[in-house]
Amino acid sequence: MQNISTGISLQPSIPKKKHKKILLAHGGGGRLSNDLIQQLFFDRFQSTLLSTAHDGAMFSVPKSRLAFTTDSYVVHPIFFPGGNIGDLAVNGTVNDLAMCGAEPLYLSAGFILEEGFPIDDLERIVETMKRATETAGIELVTGDTKVVERGKGDGIFINTSGIGQIPDQVDISPQHASEGDCILLNGNIADHGIAIMSEREGLEFETSIQTDSAALNGLVGTMLQASKNIHVLRDPTRGGLASSLNEIAMASKIGIRIEEDKIPLAEEVKGACEILGLDPLYIANEGKLLAFVPEKDAKAVLQAMQNHPLGKNAVIIGRVVKEHPGHVSMKTFIGSMRIIDMLTGEQLPRIC
Amino acid sequence: MKYVDEFRDQAVAKNLADEIAGIITRPWRIMEICGGQTNSIVKYGIEELLPQEITLIHGPGCPVCVTPLEIIDKAIALAGRREVILASFGDMLRVPGSEKDLLSIRAEGGDVRIVYSPLDAVTIARENPDRKVVFFAVGFETTAPTNAMAVSQAKKLGLNNFSILCSHVLVPPAIEVLLSSPNNRIQGFLAAGHVCSIMGYEEYFPLTKKYQVPIVVTGFEPLDILEGLRLTILQLEQGRSEVENAYKRSVTRAGNKAAQKLMQQVFFVGDRKWRGLGEIPQSGLFLHPEFDTFNAEKIFDLGEIRTEESPLCESGLVLQGRIKPMECGAFGHECTPENPLGAPMVSSEGACSAYYRFQRHTKA
Repeated sequence: MQNISTGISLQPSIPKKKHKKILLAHGGGGRLSNDLIQQLFFDRFQSTLLSTAHDGAMFSVPKSRLAFTTDSYVVHPIFFPGGNIGDLAVNGTVNDLAMCGAEPLYLSAGFILEEGFPIDDLERIVETMKRATETAGIELVTGDTKVVERGKGDGIFINTSGIGQIPDQVDISPQHASEGDCILLNGNIADHGIAIMSEREGLEFETSIQTDSAALNGLVGTMLQASKNIHVLRDPTRGGLASSLNEIAMASKIGIRIEEDKIPLAEEVKGACEILGLDPLYIANEGKLLAFVPEKDAKAVLQAMQNHPLGKNAVIIGRVVKEHPGHVSMKTFIGSMRIIDMLTGEQLPRIC
Repeated sequence: MKYVDEFRDQAVAKNLADEIAGIITRPWRIMEICGGQTNSIVKYGIEELLPQEITLIHGPGCPVCVTPLEIIDKAIALAGRREVILASFGDMLRVPGSEKDLLSIRAEGGDVRIVYSPLDAVTIARENPDRKVVFFAVGFETTAPTNAMAVSQAKKLGLNNFSILCSHVLVPPAIEVLLSSPNNRIQGFLAAGHVCSIMGYEEYFPLTKKYQVPIVVTGFEPLDILEGLRLTILQLEQGRSEVENAYKRSVTRAGNKAAQKLMQQVFFVGDRKWRGLGEIPQSGLFLHPEFDTFNAEKIFDLGEIRTEESPLCESGLVLQGRIKPMECGAFGHECTPENPLGAPMVSSEGACSAYYRFQRHTKA
């Protein structure tokens, strides 16, 4: 983080020019950099840690296990129905913490901007990030801004890292799935990937499909109140439901069997997938989670989910089985069995 | 009526399967000739629901899979040229040529773009007058009308920077080659629903008469396939060999006349080589000479292209229905979707890819 010079304060004799586009100088560490950071971040985010503007944020941590995560966001287009790269960057990292069972504490944000990027767009993105941090209850405490020459960066890339605190008795891991566990899902799949796709390809459907991007820590909190005995949590982002289930099956060395008719899917999203030839099981989500819960606790956790705004459509989609360890199978609509394999190659590039 | 859910209904599927079990008295071997049907059969595990007397054989119904290696290599050569923008449907990008595929050319800097329609490629040509746009025009009869329309539109617009690399193939000649082979054991066909929605099904009457096999025009949803099979088995059990239409919501006997007319204006029929099957007479579509300026093979000098198939790949036998994908020695070992040796392991309509993605562990 840049140190703001605390030398003699001069009254400016030339009025400040309002720049419309990002210049290389905005990443240079000089006055223009400092002005940008002041205007975009310090004035906007109510954080003492952030406004201290030191090279790093300094704080004490509670005596408990911590979770630490990082993600970079390169989504294209930057603005899409229901959201943009900014709230995606906040929610995505908050969710990774939530999938560790952690309550989010602090967030960092690094920006790589392309020379010529419109400052109005940047302000929109940062404002969205501010609201997202408030909704999630996480504090942005440190960050960085770099600028690259025109043509060397696709508008804007964002990296966020997050620290969270794991309550006692919560022990979540992809290796903890056990035979008999119920697999819970909080709602409709494939919304995010299709929202991006439709915007990118200029496709228009009768109803606008919006991203489901949302911070899931509140939902996870109520689930853990219903039972601390949740074995696995995972948010199925890139690669969709199918990829997450396969990863867990391999990590825990168990088999997974799900039922096609239990998987919630919005009509418009189903229609879009049929037209585009895409399998919704492999499409990204940004406001969904999978929970592996022992059978005796499943009903209570499901009810807690259904009582939360982000879990109204929550449903049990399957179970952990001892057959075919490391693999995922699905009972299809017509009653036959089908293997759900790992994704090969790229179904939809740059969706998050 | 939404045309999706109704055709995946479990109870109706069971009824159809039970009816089939009720009428069958001896083994029958039936081939489906459309990659979309292959995909559906494997994805929904249709064979699981059928009595074991029925053997389903997967035919050369995947246009990506039967595109000759030379054409793939030509597309790769074109994509490598600085002035060329190569536009293609997504599934062609990972088909292996003799050495590389289009996706690796893109990674090396070639301008390869995925489009959903050949008309998008025409738009790219209009927007990039200083570049040469080539659309990789592959497919059965189903995609020929839109490709014809693209060429015809480009001509009307007076574009001098748009062309197609054409590799269209026709279904009925392929059926004839399979049926006339001395090794043939196929007793009935499910004809490709969408090909027939363009062409109608008149062309199949001479085939049923000459070879005494039933041909049933069939759709793609699980219930469509079960109904197509039911009608085929019924014919076989009753000793009939007729053309029937089980995809009435999309197909009429005469087909889409306007589309056929456009195809005839732009293309003529000639002998074409099919990857895995060899040359089949009168089985391909080629651009009329009046469209030479839109024919990538005529306007670009591609020199000598030397092709080399992988010696391990047995996709030819798979495409002819002589072996199932997992009977190929390389299946799941040297040949996987991540590292395909042949086209059927890449394309979403290829039999090898379908078996790998949906059924692999049952072999393991």
